[in-house]
Amino acid sequence: MTLNEAKINQEVKILAIHGEKHLRRRLMDMGLTKREIIVIKKVAPLGDPIEIRIRGYELSLRKDEAQNIEVEVVSQ
Amino acid sequence: MKIAIVGNPNSGKTTLFNALTGSAQHVGNWPGVTVEKKEGQLKKHKEITIVDLPGIYSLSPYTLEEVITRDFILNEKPDAIVNIVDASNLERNLFLTTQLFELNLPVIVALNMMDVVRHRGDEINVNHLAHLLDARVVEIVAKQEQGLDGLIQEILNLYPKRSHLNCFSEDVNQALYTLEAYINKFQPTLRFDSIKLFERDEHLLEQLNLSDQLLHSIETIIQPLEQQYDDDAEAIIISQRYDKVKEIIEQSSHKQPLFESLTDKIDKVLTHRFFGLPLFFVIMGLVYYISITTVGNYGIQFMESLIQTLSQALNQFLIMVNTSDWVRSLVVDGIFNSIGAIFTFVPQLIILFLLLSILEDTGYMARVAFILDRVFRKFGLSGRSFIPMLIGTGCSIPGIMASRTIESENDRKMTIILTPFIPCSAKIPVFAMFIAVLFPKMAWIGPLIYLVAFLVIILAGILLKRTKYFSGRPSPFIMELPEYKIPTVKSLLIHMWDKAKGFVKKAGTVIFVAVTILWILSHFSPQFNYLEDAQISQSILAQIGNLLRYLFIPLGFGDSWAPVTAALSGMVAKEVVVTTFASISQSTPVLFSQISALSFMIFILFSSPCVAALGAMKKELGDTKTTLLAIVFQTGLAYILSFITYQFGSLIFSQTNAVKPQVLDLANRELPESLSINFNSLFILVGIFGFILLIVYIISKVKKEQPIHDIR
Repeated sequence: MTLNEAKINQEVKILAIHGEKHLRRRLMDMGLTKREIIVIKKVAPLGDPIEIRIRGYELSLRKDEAQNIEVEVVSQ
Repeated sequence: MKIAIVGNPNSGKTTLFNALTGSAQHVGNWPGVTVEKKEGQLKKHKEITIVDLPGIYSLSPYTLEEVITRDFILNEKPDAIVNIVDASNLERNLFLTTQLFELNLPVIVALNMMDVVRHRGDEINVNHLAHLLDARVVEIVAKQEQGLDGLIQEILNLYPKRSHLNCFSEDVNQALYTLEAYINKFQPTLRFDSIKLFERDEHLLEQLNLSDQLLHSIETIIQPLEQQYDDDAEAIIISQRYDKVKEIIEQSSHKQPLFESLTDKIDKVLTHRFFGLPLFFVIMGLVYYISITTVGNYGIQFMESLIQTLSQALNQFLIMVNTSDWVRSLVVDGIFNSIGAIFTFVPQLIILFLLLSILEDTGYMARVAFILDRVFRKFGLSGRSFIPMLIGTGCSIPGIMASRTIESENDRKMTIILTPFIPCSAKIPVFAMFIAVLFPKMAWIGPLIYLVAFLVIILAGILLKRTKYFSGRPSPFIMELPEYKIPTVKSLLIHMWDKAKGFVKKAGTVIFVAVTILWILSHFSPQFNYLEDAQISQSILAQIGNLLRYLFIPLGFGDSWAPVTAALSGMVAKEVVVTTFASISQSTPVLFSQISALSFMIFILFSSPCVAALGAMKKELGDTKTTLLAIVFQTGLAYILSFITYQFGSLIFSQTNAVKPQVLDLANRELPESLSINFNSLFILVGIFGFILLIVYIISKVKKEQPIHDIR
């Protein structure tokens, strides 16, 4: 599934980053790489963007950007 | 000797730069772009120049800031880099550090925000970290100016250290060595270039301009590794860097298990699903109320009486020393009073700057962008465009300057062009005058003007987005939400002072020249006879107005030279329109109907701002061509809107009083300076904005959307 389909506070592992070249690069530079575990912390009052916890800090991104991130749920 | 400061945004770079250079700084723009450039001399070591490079997360070729930093380092070859690292955010910060090491320059790692680390209960073994990074690491707390001596010692070190840290696996390294053959062996940045080549970096490939055959053989080196790691070259490099950084951090520091930080707790409230928006309105409403209405108004009244006293004193003095009438008029009425009138807004602006500096430095502004992005995005802007526009209600000039915080170049430009559409404090006297004289008892016209301004901004934004100039891939929103911090009083004052200084200097010089020119044009006839105020109908300015008025007949105010002349005088500062009308009215009655007055107000609202604001626009946009295009767009749009207002207005209201020309009776009148923005109007404004947000929200709900559920 893609990141925008994940639930809040659900730990997910990144499987792949898709999307246009410079968006991909930006996402990876910010720490979103394969095998990394991330969590959605909250959603903005108007429904978009979302805030995720990655490598120890908070990053916000739009749902359509999050759609490029393929993830799988980390089984407890 | 030249030192560059490089680091992530929010890592304390500006604080460090200010601490190192004191007031000896020069702020400008990097040539041709809208990105700010700061340079200064190191305190007590004036021979060392410090350059503050834009905050970056990486040295990729994709954003303007990264390219500027890369190019600066590679072309201007600083003697050393001070890499400021946010110790409370090590992984992402050190990711950049590994890239800086490859530039073949001494890099001093300034480990900042150690106080936050200690507060969290985390530990970092700085010596071990330095050993693993193969670099000099200095602990600092920039905002308390701790550790700076140690840092300066390192900067002055005659035998600076270059790191040989290797991030990559054996096979990747092998490929990189092979790739070095394709680059000039004598390039000092061989290592950096080989990695960029491996990543297929556009910027480098353009510079190297290799033949197809060579490009093909490079592919034969890269592709097997991509197969092996099941990832593309860029991703391999980035992953391996982060893996290395993680390894180094694990070996040299200890993190407490994740707990809910104070920031998380605060954000729970401020970005709450339901309370976030109302709270935002309250906060912004407070900012507006304090700066523009209450304290701001007192500031204006104070300044006005101050200017008046000084003006009278100056007048008396000049009479006493027997200066001729026209010199006295030029100095007192022309220059002093006009500049004084404009500067009455300065206290208001200073308060606004202070409040906004507080919001920015605490980290709340990032949350504003987070909350508003959904709305602004629909109109081609970003959440960060809100602040320049809020400032623009005071004055466009600092509003335009505030657009620097917007990351995307396109969004920045659009915000700069659209901000002047907001009614600034100078335009308000113009509206107030018309409303008082022609629309008595219809005070709702005031808030209506704001509403029209919002709508036009939205529409203009959508329009501009469709042009070739601004279309193209939308910039990613991806944005860090930094920890909340309590700003130091010193940094707040520095920010406030920076903004105020910029405004005063810029506005002051431009306005001075403009006012003098205007005075000459309005006090001299074409035969160069000196004219009193009331004789303005014979002036050069009036002749120009008389020529240009034909253009404005379709807009309803071209029948006499007066409105156009007044509009021209507004180029100095929009409120001068009122004084010009007052001067003209002394000898010639000025006629306006309600409809033509509306049309005129619309024109003044949207046409290009005063010359000082134009100067700020040019500075932020970077080049003259773009500025000219912006002027054409703004004035062109103003013309069209004015035209529509007049033509449709006349049609709809024909046969009514609304189209009857009346005399603009300005004699014996206490002209109101403000639109009596009281709480009622404020609520109306907030309500309108909230209404728009509600519509957007409802539309999004109606469209099939996947809401995100909480797992708990």
